[in-house]
Amino acid sequence: MTAVIRRLAQAIVVLWAAFTLSFVILYLLPGDAVLTKLGSADGGINASPEQIAQVRAEYGVDDPVLVQYGKRLWAALHGDFGRSIATGDDATHQVLSALPPTLAVSGFALVLAVVFGGGIAVLGTYTRARWLSHLLLSLPPLGISLPSFWVGLLLIQVFSFQLGLLPALGSTGFASLVLPSVTLALPTGAIIGQVLAKSLRTQLAQPYVEIVRAKGASRRRVHFGHALRNAALPALTLVGVVAGNLLAGSVITETVFSRDGVGRVTAAAVSVQDIPVVQAVIVLAAFFFVTLNLVVDLLYPVLDPRLARVPGELTRRERSHA
Amino acid sequence: MFGHGPSHPARTTALALALPLLLAACSSAGGTGTTEAGPPRSGGTLRLGISSNPDCLDPQQVGTNAALNVGRQLTDSLTDQDPTTGQITPWLAERWEVNADSTSFTFHLRTDATFSDGSPVDANAVKTSFDGIKALGAKSLLGSSYLAAYQGSTVLDASTVRIDFSAPSAQFLQASSTMSLSVLAPAAYQRTAEQRCQGEGLIGSGPFVFSSFKPNQEIVLTKRTGYHWGSPLWQHQGEAYLDRIDFKVVPEPAVRTGSLVSGQLDAITDVQPVDEPQFTTAGFTEPVRPNPGIVFNLHANTTRGVLADEAVRQAVSKGINRAEVTSTVLTPNYKPATSILGSATPLHTDLSAQLAYDPAGATALLEADGWVAGPDGIRVKAGQRLTASVIFSSVFNQNQSVLELIQQQLRRIGFDLRIELHTNTENTQRQQSGDYDFLWYNVTRSDPDILRQHFSTKAGNRSRLTPGNPLDEVLDQQAATVAEDVRGLAVDQAQRLIVEHAYAIPVFELTQVHALGPNAHDIGFEASSRLRLFDAWVSGS
Repeated sequence: MTAVIRRLAQAIVVLWAAFTLSFVILYLLPGDAVLTKLGSADGGINASPEQIAQVRAEYGVDDPVLVQYGKRLWAALHGDFGRSIATGDDATHQVLSALPPTLAVSGFALVLAVVFGGGIAVLGTYTRARWLSHLLLSLPPLGISLPSFWVGLLLIQVFSFQLGLLPALGSTGFASLVLPSVTLALPTGAIIGQVLAKSLRTQLAQPYVEIVRAKGASRRRVHFGHALRNAALPALTLVGVVAGNLLAGSVITETVFSRDGVGRVTAAAVSVQDIPVVQAVIVLAAFFFVTLNLVVDLLYPVLDPRLARVPGELTRRERSHA
Repeated sequence: MFGHGPSHPARTTALALALPLLLAACSSAGGTGTTEAGPPRSGGTLRLGISSNPDCLDPQQVGTNAALNVGRQLTDSLTDQDPTTGQITPWLAERWEVNADSTSFTFHLRTDATFSDGSPVDANAVKTSFDGIKALGAKSLLGSSYLAAYQGSTVLDASTVRIDFSAPSAQFLQASSTMSLSVLAPAAYQRTAEQRCQGEGLIGSGPFVFSSFKPNQEIVLTKRTGYHWGSPLWQHQGEAYLDRIDFKVVPEPAVRTGSLVSGQLDAITDVQPVDEPQFTTAGFTEPVRPNPGIVFNLHANTTRGVLADEAVRQAVSKGINRAEVTSTVLTPNYKPATSILGSATPLHTDLSAQLAYDPAGATALLEADGWVAGPDGIRVKAGQRLTASVIFSSVFNQNQSVLELIQQQLRRIGFDLRIELHTNTENTQRQQSGDYDFLWYNVTRSDPDILRQHFSTKAGNRSRLTPGNPLDEVLDQQAATVAEDVRGLAVDQAQRLIVEHAYAIPVFELTQVHALGPNAHDIGFEASSRLRLFDAWVSGS
């Protein structure tokens, strides 16, 4: 129980740090969102200084920095991140309404990544054909080294512009989900594949495998029933990292595939120093990150009953050192 | 603007694109069909790919092309401007009178126009709308300067309204033709400015009405039934041909291009120079128009470093090979500047002789001025290096390449141009505080008054000149009269003074390059080179 409380306290600290850091970084950049909003493309401002001051006051960016920070933090505690300076829309609403398309792509990408990344690792370690094993296990490093931006454009060229099978743009319907999800799944699946393959090989070299084999278990049973189950643990630890990757990757895939989503909203908000929107995104992302990691921690004992018997205070990090 | 999108990584992008484009090259050459000739047809949807997401749709507030292109279709203006002659012509106003010093404008409105909520476009509505724009203050990015001296509107009778200014505002006549001063229904001002931005209460009298806005995705407009008060300048009268316009936000240029080629879009805006040749083949048309206003230029801060020396500024102007800029980094669609004003601006003067490439002349000027070649090829004088920096943003994708070429050209005359890419925000801030040597920018405005806004010591004064100089005088003169002969003389003088003293060094004219697929027809430009979709139509199903 104390472990859960400690984790929750950690989570709150992480959220607060994310909120504060994003504010400090955006505040330190030259200029502010009001200047950007009122400036035209030629770098000029047509309005008079009084008119500019009026807009600054309206958005509260003329307060001293600590007052601004305090006000923002207090409002954020009540779930209010303020209004976007660029669009005038409620920041929370803007981010939440961009969430479904991002979750759809990320979710589908995660499924693809687990199925194909996991599949490659399992097949690559299971097959007796050495060439096939080499081929399969060389795919993850390749997948990681291809830039998503380039992969996305390549997929669009081939499957949309050339073959006409899938749409190049938009976020409506399942068909529009396929190419961006594949693009996003590639680096993620590669990480999963890499880690799972390594972990499988380690497990297969463990003494218990010899014993199971000596007891007459089939090769398949050893591989899937015993080694895979133990090997899945390190791969599961990656979920947090993977979730972060998916969110970061959405900035690129959403731009290339002309989709709406949190990535596009983030990129636009950062470029105009729209602090309310950036903070809403950061806190949301941190919230996801923290929750996912919590869920993963709670899943460990389910996968590996030995961990359930370990006193609850042992955290994941300590365990990995053990 | 914002949303100006990811143009920063444009150069790396070009490399990364090489493979996909090579793959595409084999099959995309044939185009997707033949252009149907024939009379315009009513009905259908135009799927138009645009390059950036408009943060706001209210034409009275916005400043970006993407947003203005949408807003123009929703609203009508008091007047229209002929794109070929620059003349101001009737639209919602059938006629108008301007007083002697251009401080009072009386408009006589046509009586049959209505807003899409059914309310009449009358003198009262015009007053509400202009008061509303003034009340926006700084949030009206363009309107705030057009109405800088706005005092108020007076309803003389149901169809007559007088608009008064506290200072001569000849430019207002042209401004009254822009979407920035277009008329919204009184009901629109019962919503907040932010709500109008998102399309709520965005009620105009234009040929299309707002239907939906999904940020980063699409904006849908539908035809206004019963519309019959279009500008006489347009190709047809009555309702628009298109039933519906889907503006699709497609930020990645290669995807915009490919989507048009593969028929997933009917037309696209902002074709990149590298993609232009694709659309000169059969089946595609490429509407092109240079932007009026101030051309892309190196605007000198005449109080800073070596740029305080007029001979240096003149030498820089002679040392730039403008034709090489347009022919190598850009395309033949872009023209070398022939004045500080673009050739599409009313009262533009052709000063191409003064802007000819003359490296020998530049060298002679510098040598006579005492600048001698230093050890690294850059000239020096009394320990001072012949160098200045230029600050710019990547609002226009090719800015960096253009400036790199200019940098090479100026190196040949012994001038070291340091190029500094910044965000829009930082440029705005530095521009406001005067912390720059050269500014690199252009402004679109189909009226020469734009010179006053950027050069007058009572306005932007980007050259940081001292008040009372001869340029101020002619800029004031042109602001005070709508009489074209008097105004023309003053504007001619202003252009000559700017080019002669090299207060700003014109380089090339920004040009709008769009592309239409085989099914899209008659997408036109209005006088400020923004889209006019009233006459546009689609063929096929």
